[in-house]
Amino acid sequence: MADAKRNGIKVWVNGAELSVPPDCTAAAAVARAGVTMHRRSVEGHARGPLCGMGVCMECRVTINGELHQRGCQTLCMDGMRIETAEVASDA
Amino acid sequence: MPERTCRIAIIGAGPAGMAAAVSAVEAGAENVLVIDDNPRPGGQIWRGETDDATAREWMQKFEPCGAALLGQTRIVAAPQPGVLLAENGAKTLTIRYEKLILATGASERFLPFPGWTRPNVMGAGGLQTLAKGGLPLEGKRVVVAGSGPLLLAVADEMWHMGARIKCIAEQAAPNAVMRLGLRLLGSPGKLAQAVQLKLRLFGVPYRMGWHPLQVDGADGTSGDDSDAPVASVTLTNGAAKRIQIPCDYLACAFHLTPRLELAHLLGCDTEWIERQCQRRTTVDAWQRSSVEGVYCAGESTGVGGVDAALIEGRIAGYAATGAQDRARPLLKQRDAWRRFADAMNETFAPRPELRMLPEPRTIICRCEDVRYEQVVAKESWRAAKLHTRHGMGACQGRICGGAAEFLFDWSARSSRPPVCPTRMKTLAERPSADQKGD
Ligand SMILES: Cc1cc2nc3c(=O)[nH]c(=O)nc-3n(C[C@H](O)[C@H](O)[C@H](O)COP(=O)(O)OP(=O)(O)OC[C@H]3O[C@@H](n4cnc5c(N)ncnc54)[C@H](O)[C@@H]3O)c2cc1C
Ligand code: FES
Repeated sequence: MADAKRNGIKVWVNGAELSVPPDCTAAAAVARAGVTMHRRSVEGHARGPLCGMGVCMECRVTINGELHQRGCQTLCMDGMRIETAEVASDA
Repeated sequence: MPERTCRIAIIGAGPAGMAAAVSAVEAGAENVLVIDDNPRPGGQIWRGETDDATAREWMQKFEPCGAALLGQTRIVAAPQPGVLLAENGAKTLTIRYEKLILATGASERFLPFPGWTRPNVMGAGGLQTLAKGGLPLEGKRVVVAGSGPLLLAVADEMWHMGARIKCIAEQAAPNAVMRLGLRLLGSPGKLAQAVQLKLRLFGVPYRMGWHPLQVDGADGTSGDDSDAPVASVTLTNGAAKRIQIPCDYLACAFHLTPRLELAHLLGCDTEWIERQCQRRTTVDAWQRSSVEGVYCAGESTGVGGVDAALIEGRIAGYAATGAQDRARPLLKQRDAWRRFADAMNETFAPRPELRMLPEPRTIICRCEDVRYEQVVAKESWRAAKLHTRHGMGACQGRICGGAAEFLFDWSARSSRPPVCPTRMKTLAERPSADQKGD
C-alpha cells in the first residue's frame, strides 16, 4: 500500500509502462505518456478529450481489451493496459 | 433485473442534489436515494476536493444524513412514470420512485471554429477537470478562451497547478462585463470571488471582447483535417485586430448550458431564454417541473453557480417531502440568486458574431464528422439528422446540440431514449408496465 503510494500505480499506455499517481484517470495517463490522440473520428482524424466529464465521448480508448471506454471517467488500476488509436495507426 | 425502490430519488450528487437529500431527510423523508454517474459526490465543483469551507460543510452534512448514494450509476432511460433504468458498470438496475428530483447540473457550451477538433483543444472546465485527474500542466502554455466566470476560476486553478496562462480571452464586451462587475460589488458570494480572482492571476492579460478565430497545428495546417495537436491559437476582437499565441493547450468553452437530457426524457417542459441563449427546465416557486412529482434544482433550471444550486436543492428537498413551511423562508433568497444568475447569463451569452466563426469545412458534429456546409441550409434539427447523421453519434447531440441551437436557431430538443450511450442489453431488459422484479 505504502509502496503503491510512493511509486504510484503502474499502467501501460500503448505498450509503454509508466507509473501514475493514485486517483489518476486513464485520460490523464495517456497525456502523461505524451500521447495526444485517443481515438480516430469517422473520417480518420485524431481526437482527444474535450469535456473531461463523460459527455463528449472523445476520450474513448481501449482498456484491458475493452473497446470504447471513456478515459476521463476511468480511474487507473495497477496493471491496467490502455490503448489509443495511435497504436492501431502504427500497426 | 435487480430493483431499488425509494420514496425520493435524486439524480445528481452535486451541490443541488446533496442539499436536496440533506433537506428531505431533515424534513422526515425516509428512503432517499441519490444517484450519480461519478464514484464520489460533489458534482463538477467539489468532486474529490475538501479544502473549500462550503464544500466541507456540505460533505459533512451529506455523508451521515442517511440518504443512500449510488455512485458510478447512470440513469439511461425513463420507460414509464415512476421508473428509471440505470447502468452501473456492466449491471443494469430498475429504480422505482414516488418523487424525483433532477439535479443534473450543467455542461460547457462548445462553439465550432476552424481547428476546434484538434487534440489538446479542450473545454475550460474540461482541462481543469482532466488536470485534477492527473493530467500534468506544470510548465505548459495554456490559453483560456470562451466566456463566463468559469474562465477566471479555471485559469486561477491551473496557474496554481503550474501552468503558464498566456491569456484569458472573454468574448463578452468589456462594458457588459464591467456592468456585471458593478452589480457584483453589492452581492457577496462565489461569483464575486471569481471576478476578483483575476487580480491574483498576476500578469495574465484578461482580454474582454476577444474570441478565438482559428487553431493551427504544429504541422503548419489550420482547420479540422489534420492530426497535429494545437500549436497556436489566433484571437480576434472582431475588428481588424488579431493576435496569434503559441500554446500547448487551448482551454475553451462558451459559458455553461443546463443538462436537460433527463428532463426532456421525462417530458418536463423546458423554455428557451433568447437573451441568455439558454434552454432550461421550467419550474415553479417550489422547484416543481411541469410533470407531477418531478422537481428540478441547480444548474438544470438555469446556470446560476453553486449558491443558487444549494438553495434550490434545499427548496426542492423540502417541497418533495411536503415541508413547504421549511422551504418558504428560502424563497426570497433564491429569487435574488436567480435574478443575479439571469444578469450573468445575459452578460456571457455568445455574441451574434460568433455565428460567423465556422468555415464551410469546419466540423459541427464531432461524432459523425458533419461539416458546416452540410447542415447550414437544413431547415431543422430533424432534417439535419436525417440527411447527415448530425447529432446522432456517440454523444447523442449533447455537444453539438447547444451549438446548433445557437448557430442555426433550430430547437435541439430531441432527447430520444436512451439519454446516455447505453448497452443494448439494458434496453432489451426494459421492464414492461405490469412486470415487476427480476
Ligand atoms: C467542467 C466544469 C467545471 C466546473 N468548475 C467549477 C469551478 O472550478 N468553480 C466553480 O465555482 N464552478 C465550477 N463549475 C460550475 C459548477 O458546476 C456549478 O456552479 C455547480 O456545481 C452546480 O451544481 P449542481 O448540483 O447544479 O450540478 P453539478 O455539480 O454539475 O452536479 C450534477 C451531477 O449530476 C450527475 N448527472 C447528470 N446526469 C446524470 C445521469 N443521467 N445519471 C447519473 N448522474 C447524472 C453529474 O455527473 C453531476 O455529478 C464547473 C462546471 C463544469 C461543467
Ligand atoms: S473527455 Fe468528454 S467524455 Fe471523456
